[in-house]
Amino acid sequence: MKVIRWFIGLIIIFAFLIINFVVFTEIPFNYKLINILLFCSVFILIRVVKGPTVADRIVAIDILGTLIIGVCALLAIALDRSFYIDIGMAWGLQSFIGALALAKFLEGRSLDA
Amino acid sequence: MHSLAVNQIIGYVFIGIGLLFDFFGVLGLVRLPDVYNRLQAATKCVTFGSAGILIGVLIYSGFTAMGFKALICAIFILLTSPVSAHAIARAAHRSGIKLTDKTIIDLYQKDKELRK
Repeated sequence: MKVIRWFIGLIIIFAFLIINFVVFTEIPFNYKLINILLFCSVFILIRVVKGPTVADRIVAIDILGTLIIGVCALLAIALDRSFYIDIGMAWGLQSFIGALALAKFLEGRSLDA
Repeated sequence: MHSLAVNQIIGYVFIGIGLLFDFFGVLGLVRLPDVYNRLQAATKCVTFGSAGILIGVLIYSGFTAMGFKALICAIFILLTSPVSAHAIARAAHRSGIKLTDKTIIDLYQKDKELRK
């Protein structure tokens, strides 16, 4: 059973790499780099849906915020506009504060103490 | 790919390393059996991955406005991500989420029992 799951995962990953880098040749190279991060965020959404406890979901959302900072940095290179990194910084700040507040709620305390 | 400068090539190398770390971190988030293992793999790797992408952007674009913004954003990530990871791990342990069956030792639990 475990072997079948490993093979399915490897097939999905290699199919994505072949489709991204071999099949579509007219897409610019920077957009292909962004596609890798979007493919990673699909795995994070799997963990958000499937995660057995609340802490799994908090971890996944925190890391989704970090990935989006990378997407914003790559967009800034691809479109040659520097304000996308500002969007990334704002997103990182929101994600940090959100993770701290959710951790405090998970621990059982209120936000005052 | 035509006629890249040297700094652009080095920037693409850093971006590639960052993408690789991002991918392995997310793979660890899906694959590992426990909240704490997932947090360990994902936070370390994704933090270095996104910081590597931002440093790659800094080398790619030189010391322009985009480069300095990327440097500030990288420092911000490197400061804040361990703090949020520590808070989440502490809250998960205090709210009583079970460790996996293959765990050998749990020193934090022993420490809390000694402190009582």
